[in-house]
Amino acid sequence: MASTDVSSSGDVADLEAGLDALDTAPASSRTPLGEILLRKVLPPLTAVALVLAVWQFLVWAEVTEDYKLPSPSAVWSSVRDLWLQGELLGVIWTSVSRGLLGFLLALAIGTPLGLLVARVRFVRAAIGPILSGLQSLPSVAWVPPAVIWLGLNNQMMYAVILLGAVPSIANGLVSGIDQVPPLFLRAGRTMGATGLRSARYVVMPAALPGYLAGLKQGWAFSWRSLMAAEIIASSPDLGVGLGQLLENGRNNADMAGVFLAIILILIVGIAIDLLIFSPLERWVLRGRGLLVKS
Amino acid sequence: MATVLAKAEVAEEIPAYAARIEHVSKSFGSQLVLDDITLDVAPGEFVTLLGASGCGKSTLLNLVAGLDAPSGGAIATPGGRPALMFQEHALFPWLTAGKNIELALKLRGVARADRRTRAEELLELVRLAGAYDKRVHELSGGMRQRVALARALAQDSSLLLMDEPFAALDAITRDVLHDELTRIWASTSVSVLFVTHNVREAVRLAERVVLMSSRPGRVARSWDVGIPQPRRIEDAAVAELSVEITEELRKEIRRHGQH
Repeated sequence: MASTDVSSSGDVADLEAGLDALDTAPASSRTPLGEILLRKVLPPLTAVALVLAVWQFLVWAEVTEDYKLPSPSAVWSSVRDLWLQGELLGVIWTSVSRGLLGFLLALAIGTPLGLLVARVRFVRAAIGPILSGLQSLPSVAWVPPAVIWLGLNNQMMYAVILLGAVPSIANGLVSGIDQVPPLFLRAGRTMGATGLRSARYVVMPAALPGYLAGLKQGWAFSWRSLMAAEIIASSPDLGVGLGQLLENGRNNADMAGVFLAIILILIVGIAIDLLIFSPLERWVLRGRGLLVKS
Repeated sequence: MATVLAKAEVAEEIPAYAARIEHVSKSFGSQLVLDDITLDVAPGEFVTLLGASGCGKSTLLNLVAGLDAPSGGAIATPGGRPALMFQEHALFPWLTAGKNIELALKLRGVARADRRTRAEELLELVRLAGAYDKRVHELSGGMRQRVALARALAQDSSLLLMDEPFAALDAITRDVLHDELTRIWASTSVSVLFVTHNVREAVRLAERVVLMSSRPGRVARSWDVGIPQPRRIEDAAVAELSVEITEELRKEIRRHGQH
């Protein structure tokens, strides 16, 4: 029994400190800016440049009439014209403000709906399958009934956005809650987190990554639905958004205007995702050690 | 102040046991998992429940933790809701190590102003003073289990239930955590009911080892260990008793191969 001497407690502390040091990964240093530019910014810029080059080449090669394929410079000059007329930002803002407001409404409805479906068995059995099914229904299908019910106005636009985005947001939350490890619920219960306290301190934070994925998809659906509504239901009273810009281009046989509208729709959709949802998602995943550094 | 006084009053009339399990049985459907288990854990006592797979030791622990209800018999834990440690750390990945402990304090009703200090004291107790701001994924397996132990102690329960908490750790880390658990148990008045299938671990830690038989789980035998702490898992006395208990455990397991 020589091992049970007085100094053993100090030995254990040292041994433990050694184990901790060996088992802990060294802190990763911040990636230098030059490397970020090289690895994250350069590739997409190269891709865009390549697309532009191919586009310009096809125009030079005159593969088709120029009313079908405008040159990049023609599209650029219609951007400039729109800007000089002072309309560019207004057109973008009309659509973006509709899209974001509609998305926030969808958030306010989809979140409690998702909670209900996830937690109340009867509600899940009743509308769970319909909610998943609605995700595969193209939201453009809602435009005709929305126009008939609500008329050609902003309410119609918001109705179409809601029908497109609410199921995504609710479903994201439901799958997030379904994937909460039962061990967390048991650990919470032994600490006294039951009922509402369990929902607040265990279930909701644990479901956050799934919820965020649902929000991201919800935004994509909001934006798509809105563009469909704007293209189909154009009316002078509604003000010109990106969808109407596209439709106007078609009516005036202005292919440069059509290209411009499509590119703007794409850029706005990507920008909102890149500026709002991706950072949010990365922040949450990194905090939980779920983001593998590439 | 009122809560402090109330607590002191409760502490004065300490019952003779930290947990009393009386004629407890548990069935899942038609299958009897636990049969007539009677077992007391004295205040401050360290008891290990030892058994092969299928003896229902984890089921029994869940019953004592109040996560499930017995089919028959009664369980009393006069010190309130017991704390429970799992084989997996079960720490919440969206909180830092410190905040995990603080959540347990908050759910117990500790005032906001006291939580941080108490959490840091508990981290110091498990020798992780610098880990307050660490995320769970930044900690090693052994460190996670120590934070989980600190979180369980934050519940300030008089009974700590442990469900094979060191089974997933490597041997050296497990040895160190045995030392730590013994030290912390000796320095607090907490009673421990520790489930394991590792005989040496049971003997290394406990004052009393309770062997369970399997299918259905019954108390087969118990041993008072009586070897002075601190012990080492490789001590001759630990090994000697382990051999005796292992022999009994094997007998129990063999019975099942004979039908």
